[in-house]
Amino acid sequence: MSVLAAYITRALKLLRGEVFVLPSRTIVLLVGILLLIFPVFSQEPFILRVLILAAIFAIFAASWDLLSGFTGRINFGHALFFGVAAYTAALLNLNLGLAPWATIPLGAIAAVVAGLIVGIPCLRLRGTYLAFATLAFPLILLGVVYAIPNITHGELGIYGIDSLSKSRVVSYYIAIPSMIVLGFIMWKITDSKIGLIFHAIREDEVTARASGINTTRYKLLAFCLSGLFAGIAGGLYAHFVKAAGPSTLELLLSFQVIIWAVFGGIATIYGPIAGVLILYPLTEYVLTRYIAVASEAKTLIFAFIVLLVLLFMPQGLTTWLRDKTEKICPRCKLQNVAWRKKCRVCTADLD
Amino acid sequence: MAANIIVHGLVSSGIYALLAVGFSLIFGVARIINLSHTAFYMLAAYLIYSLASAAGLNLYLSIIIAIVIVIVVGTISYKLLIARVRHHEATTLIVTIAIAVIIQEALLKGFGGGPRSIPKLISGSIDIFGVTVLNQQFLTFGVVILLLLATWLFLMRTKSGVALRATAQDRDVANLMGINVPRMEMLTMAMSVGLAAIAGALVAPLSVLTPGMWAHPLVMILAVVVLGGLGSLKGSLIGAIILGFAENLVVFLAPSGAFLKTSVALTIMIIVILIKPEGLFGIVFEEERG
Repeated sequence: MSVLAAYITRALKLLRGEVFVLPSRTIVLLVGILLLIFPVFSQEPFILRVLILAAIFAIFAASWDLLSGFTGRINFGHALFFGVAAYTAALLNLNLGLAPWATIPLGAIAAVVAGLIVGIPCLRLRGTYLAFATLAFPLILLGVVYAIPNITHGELGIYGIDSLSKSRVVSYYIAIPSMIVLGFIMWKITDSKIGLIFHAIREDEVTARASGINTTRYKLLAFCLSGLFAGIAGGLYAHFVKAAGPSTLELLLSFQVIIWAVFGGIATIYGPIAGVLILYPLTEYVLTRYIAVASEAKTLIFAFIVLLVLLFMPQGLTTWLRDKTEKICPRCKLQNVAWRKKCRVCTADLD
Repeated sequence: MAANIIVHGLVSSGIYALLAVGFSLIFGVARIINLSHTAFYMLAAYLIYSLASAAGLNLYLSIIIAIVIVIVVGTISYKLLIARVRHHEATTLIVTIAIAVIIQEALLKGFGGGPRSIPKLISGSIDIFGVTVLNQQFLTFGVVILLLLATWLFLMRTKSGVALRATAQDRDVANLMGINVPRMEMLTMAMSVGLAAIAGALVAPLSVLTPGMWAHPLVMILAVVVLGGLGSLKGSLIGAIILGFAENLVVFLAPSGAFLKTSVALTIMIIVILIKPEGLFGIVFEEERG
């Protein structure tokens, strides 16, 4: 009993010391809790569907950030990982009858392999060349998908695969915790030494190499990690919508993920997640349900919102908010609330 | 068959070359990856359609009006939107994608998703070696050659052209030499969308217009400029010829070629940049650090 009490005290202490001191972390905690208890308030299938898809795309957008935001290698073809995993999961499920708990990890492994296949040739490329080269891979695969319709069912895609779960609420409780856990893992990765090295590669690769970092290995690691998380998202997506079609490989999805991530703020992990959680329900639910716009105009409004926000916050929404509300202590480099005079840990003067 | 491949190959190479040169120009001078480039090309085609077929204006007049409108829209969107965020690379990408999506959705709303077509500028056809070549195809090819020559002469022989190339090589030094860099960028943007608009005017009579027609040429010109080498006009031209012919070879010769044409073209691009990471004629830009 006393052990339990000790754990609770420690958790509370952690909450007070690390979470409640910053409004941004408090908001993240609140949103997480709200999402977890959401089905208590409403179990309307359509709302749950939008939230599940938002969670899946949030994992996807964060995985783009892990690669492109952190190492600065802008990936124009991120749909490749999503599509490869979705098709792998769908084919395994349909042809071998494997259950979703097996096909999703296998799909993610296929996406990691895709990450290696793209990553190894792209190691020699830089900047814009890399961006355009990555753009090519999902489109090459898309052409192949169309050309072999007896395996991939061409334009229709593979449909009729097993659902994530019979009940929408259970699917919800698979997707949302997946997003929270995977998002947290990605944030932890970028907060560790690996993340620091990714930052270094983006800022100045030559210097990073001169400091004894094997940048080749870390760049490949970034491709594989990104492929892994994007692959999990792709597998979840295929099993949730019960289909894997050409739309999972299209140019539009590759662009869409960049829009979400940049809108939220890159090189943060939580930024792209916030971007998806704001933009996806906004376009799919709020605009079509509450504001009387025909669904044809929603893409137009979406583009205008993104354009306006980025004109005023060119670094993205969360980065802008973070810069407004937080300051970094000059001595110990910890985040502090902007209106504090002294650092919360080392009491050095801020400003 | 072979003659068909040559005719179609030349026409699509010409269009890709025109688009890729414009794309290369604005990338070279302002380092902007303008993903809305082909959206302006589509906008021009639709404007010609609405002026000529819907409003009943003379076809030549409507082409000129359309090109002017596209240039104005392009420079305004550069000034108001792109130039403000150009220091953030990823944000520039999104802003240009957003512009493209807005143009696409506006056209979808205005004209619907159905295919549209406009009459040919000159009708009739000539038989060469048993292949029917439309006069419009001749016209397209001739205009492309003329425009590429004119662009080349402008860049090499005129004072503004030299200033433009100087800005592309080194903005800071160009600025110190008294070149008005922002004005050069505006000029380049106007030229770039102007070339895209003319390409739209040339393509419109040969194909059907749909609000999704910008995506495929965008992918192709990205491949073309990477294949030829970023910032190199000669590279863009040769890249366009290689990929334009590769596409048509696949369409005419391979089974289910229409599906695989993009795949093959992009695979060629990947293979080339694997062997030569800066493209065929790429200029290695000064390492941009810090």
